[in-house]
Amino acid sequence: MNIAVLSGKGGTGKTTVSTNLAMTLGVSYVDCDVEEPNGFIFLNPSIQRKEDVFVEYPVINQQKCVLCGECAKVCQFNALAKAGKEIVVFEKLCHDCGACKLVCKADALSYGKRTIGKLESGTVKSIDCYRGVLNVGEPMAVPVIRKLLGDLPQVDHLIDCPPGTSCNVVNALKYADAAILVTEPSEFGLHDLRMAVELVKLYKIPYGIVINKDDGKENMVKIFCKQNDINLLGAVPYSMEAAVLYSNGIMLYEDTSYKPIFDGMSEKIKEVFQWR
Amino acid sequence: MKIVISATGNTKESLLDKRFGRCEIFQIYDTESDSYEFAANSGVSASGGAGIKAAGQIIDANADVVITGNLGPNAYELIEKAGIKAFSCDVLPVCKAIELFQKNMLTEISNAGSAHHGMN
Amino acid sequence: MEIAVLSGKGGTGKTTVVTALSELAKKVIKVDCDVDAPNLYLFYKGMDIEKKNFYGGKKAKINNSLCIHCEICEEVCKFGAIKNSEIDSFTCEGCGACVLVCPQHAIKLEDEKTADTFITKTEKGIISRAIMGIGSDGSGKLVTYLRKNVKRFVEDDTITILDGSPGIGCSVIASITGADVALIVTEPTKSGLDDLKRILELSEHFDTQVMVCVNKYDINPGMTAQIEGYAREKNLFVVGKIPFDKTVMESVNTLKPITDFKDSIARKAIEEMWVRMNSLMVIKELQNNKKI
Repeated sequence: MNIAVLSGKGGTGKTTVSTNLAMTLGVSYVDCDVEEPNGFIFLNPSIQRKEDVFVEYPVINQQKCVLCGECAKVCQFNALAKAGKEIVVFEKLCHDCGACKLVCKADALSYGKRTIGKLESGTVKSIDCYRGVLNVGEPMAVPVIRKLLGDLPQVDHLIDCPPGTSCNVVNALKYADAAILVTEPSEFGLHDLRMAVELVKLYKIPYGIVINKDDGKENMVKIFCKQNDINLLGAVPYSMEAAVLYSNGIMLYEDTSYKPIFDGMSEKIKEVFQWR
Repeated sequence: MKIVISATGNTKESLLDKRFGRCEIFQIYDTESDSYEFAANSGVSASGGAGIKAAGQIIDANADVVITGNLGPNAYELIEKAGIKAFSCDVLPVCKAIELFQKNMLTEISNAGSAHHGMN
Repeated sequence: MEIAVLSGKGGTGKTTVVTALSELAKKVIKVDCDVDAPNLYLFYKGMDIEKKNFYGGKKAKINNSLCIHCEICEEVCKFGAIKNSEIDSFTCEGCGACVLVCPQHAIKLEDEKTADTFITKTEKGIISRAIMGIGSDGSGKLVTYLRKNVKRFVEDDTITILDGSPGIGCSVIASITGADVALIVTEPTKSGLDDLKRILELSEHFDTQVMVCVNKYDINPGMTAQIEGYAREKNLFVVGKIPFDKTVMESVNTLKPITDFKDSIARKAIEEMWVRMNSLMVIKELQNNKKI
């Protein structure tokens, strides 16, 4: 079972919830927020494996090339262009779709490989941890996410997703069997939560909501859950103490006042997702 | 000689657009016939690689010179390889920019401006 | 003058800073570049004076009456977006490889609407914003459009404030490109510092004047000192240090800018930051003029 942890808005506590839950549930933790992977800061696993993520890009054999310009014409991403007496390739724009090779009549096109990021994995307290890291300046995160999630062993995982509802999140959700939506009880949080709910509904998978920075009151998120008949999986209270623990990279789960909160959340998750 | 200017409109009094890849219009001035032509920049609609698309269009138009604000590295590479000279100019009416060019008062762009990573 | 307010990490208080700065500046136009989670307009009562469809990309479409289910397209699609002669529009990247191989010419690339864009008129100036379709791509192009869409309202003394998106991806690159100033709002946490480093690495590719602001600086003085040290190393100014202030929560929940709360300590810190930002911008301008 793959459980995706999402949030419409950034900074709602997605990583806090997913790292602590992974420890509580005893399942592996997967950080696929590859632009800003922060989970390992808290879990601090010993890294055992590293692997580069490659994408392919076209290489032109200038001897064979007849400068017909068909490859440039067909490339939807403008990764190829004809300039004077050569075809110029812009690797970073290439989506590795193969269209250029399909139209090259002179057989002048082959593919080279380049690194755009890496995968890392390790363990901490017998929990397996995985993450993808996108190299700075690389515009496309999806290949790293696909490689990370596509290569996972068939066991239970908690997947820490990127924020928002963009293409990156959609690509992560494809691998999910259930979803946890993390939000905070503010107008902003609720606004973005609505978008995240709409997204998850498309996948027809079971889902529930966790409130972070909860004020203990019957707040707008709790009312939203009731009105829409969505399972509330748990709530992490708002306190200066939690903020300080977080800022030092300490797991809330290790604090006696927070442990019961995550234990309760785990029970509820198993019940709602009919798991085990 | 054909001079291409990135512009905000299609009269010779229209202002130069400092953006190259995503300017609305290219004005093409022919020095021999002293006449202007206009073409919509096809780079505008590109979701990525706008500068590349725009540069390709200029190369196809057989331009000798391009006057703009800044060139991104991708567009610069193409324009240089195609043997087109690029000049930088402030936001001025198009006809004024041409006048300055003809008086040799514009700086040639010899390296690329800020990197856009092709995703602008 | 264009100021892009950015944060590597989400939730560091970027929108709080943006709404406060736009109260402090005289003539303001705002662009909500956080297209994944566009919250800025929630703060303002306004009227949409323009709504347009935004076509951000292309997707393949199969004409079922021509398709003979030969499945050649399925084999050629490197994204696994075609199954049983149907295209999954979430996975399709619009490359057109399927169009090239289809013997029946049954597949076409069609423009795909990826967002609605708005020009919203409020008491505090114009806001340019968008609401993206779920799972939509091409946010870099959208950000460029949103910035361009307000140019016609900009006058010489207007300050354009961009509420940038978190991360370091294409929409952030599109937010920084061509901006005069990038104000990076971070917080004194391990993740905050890590993300700050990544975004600074990115901003080095641009000739934008970079300034740093530490929000909730007092929750971890040690980490704040580390951030300040890092900024010094990179020759950057920490222009503002905003203290932890419960009023900020109230400001967000009541949707009133923090500048409306007279006794707020965060408000005071942001006001001081604005003064510092202005002097730095003036200095930079003088340096630029000297060069000419």
